[in-house]
Amino acid sequence: MRDGLVAIKGVKDGLLVSLNESEDWQRVINDLAARIDEQSSFFAGAKISVDIGTRPVPKYALSSLKALLERRNLMLSVIISDSDTTLEAAQALDLRTAIATEKPGQPQPTDTINPEEDGSPGVLIRRTLRSGRIIRSAGHVIVLGDVNPGAEIIAHGDVIVWGVLRGSVHAGAEGDTGAIVCALEMTPMQLRIAGVAAQLPNPKRRTPAPEIARLEQAQVVIISWNR
Amino acid sequence: MAANQMRGKVVTITSGKGGVGKTTTTANLGVALARLDQKVVVVDTDIGLRNLDVIMGLENRIVYDLVDVVEGRSKLKQALIKHKQLPELYLIPAAQTRDKTAVSPQDMIQITNELRKEFDFIILDSPAGIERGFRNALAPADEVLIVTNPEVSAVRDADRIIGLIEAQNKGPAKLILNRVKMDMVKRGEMLSPTDVTDILAIKLIGIIPEDELVVSASNNGIPVTLNETSKAGMAYRNIARRLMGESVPFMPLESNTGFFQRLAKLFTGD
Repeated sequence: MRDGLVAIKGVKDGLLVSLNESEDWQRVINDLAARIDEQSSFFAGAKISVDIGTRPVPKYALSSLKALLERRNLMLSVIISDSDTTLEAAQALDLRTAIATEKPGQPQPTDTINPEEDGSPGVLIRRTLRSGRIIRSAGHVIVLGDVNPGAEIIAHGDVIVWGVLRGSVHAGAEGDTGAIVCALEMTPMQLRIAGVAAQLPNPKRRTPAPEIARLEQAQVVIISWNR
Repeated sequence: MAANQMRGKVVTITSGKGGVGKTTTTANLGVALARLDQKVVVVDTDIGLRNLDVIMGLENRIVYDLVDVVEGRSKLKQALIKHKQLPELYLIPAAQTRDKTAVSPQDMIQITNELRKEFDFIILDSPAGIERGFRNALAPADEVLIVTNPEVSAVRDADRIIGLIEAQNKGPAKLILNRVKMDMVKRGEMLSPTDVTDILAIKLIGIIPEDELVVSASNNGIPVTLNETSKAGMAYRNIARRLMGESVPFMPLESNTGFFQRLAKLFTGD
């Protein structure tokens, strides 16, 4: 980060552009455009993820950001944000979205009494995830609602669904074999923990009850919540 | 908000998946509402693939279409085609030769605001898909009705559409479950209405039973609602009454089962 408006770094499958959360939006966008034009060969053809942070950005502004990138032959692949407004605007534009959970610039809490209470990063989503919605999180994901077929959650941590899990879930997506998935009703389309796919029983034969899935000896086991 | 204070109500019929019965539903609700003495206009927003005019039996009367109005070649009034039997029912057809980009969501808001002054109901027949045509039809909606069939793929698309409608703050949409075959539901071979509402979690406004009369009626350009003996026609007439705010008890599709009584609780009717 050189001037504090736009930070750009290479990530696994493209470039991550982090936009300043507090400066004037138009200044930030102009700076981004200038940076791209300065180093067009560096950017050429890249897939761009844009981290907008907590700023609520309306649909028209996101749409012009998308157009700005497209004019430069760059593909806007994901919008990362903490703002519901921004996420919904991105959804309305059919952009992939992710909820930011780890802020690189954010100071980590230091005065630890009980490490468990320090808080590991997580997101709470208070709505049903419908088909087509993809949640990617570097932390835990908690959904207050159902996860419908065609919706997908990819979390580095645990996934807790207070509702019916019918979609696809990957917990411990970066290799955390201690990650768990639990749901009030566990009938997922696909379920993976740390890359290991679960053998799912026929949902028709199951009685709906809260269940928890975890890895035991490199296999996903699903057991009833009533121990 | 100002728009909502005007007389007419804009009802958008959409589905995500194609072929589930949006256009048939639009035509039948238009006819059913007109027969309840409402002044109704049905608008085909499926630019390039028009067929509402065919189902309404008005194909041979088209002079101007929606795109002519948008591009100023015709006044709105000139594009309104009056129905043959029902003097309170009108159609604005889609253009056959253009594509969806010929109309913008803003155009649709403008046109429907004009129509609101004259009509009680403006029913928009949305094209399939989640692209521009869908957004055109959604933009001016006061109420959104989602048509789906009791099939996994249709329900999946309906779910996606409901999410998009929620994101546009146009919800909550209501559901029309079309082409239900009760004997198959009973044998467990077809998703039941409850299976569908469990996933979609929106209110049902109607269940249309499978009815062969629908196909022949559509082919003849006489919507099935005009046929008093058709069960599907009856179901459409009930939806029309519910749209007008009436609480209509659920139609017993089969006399020997309590199944549909149990469904009653899924309805908006209070």
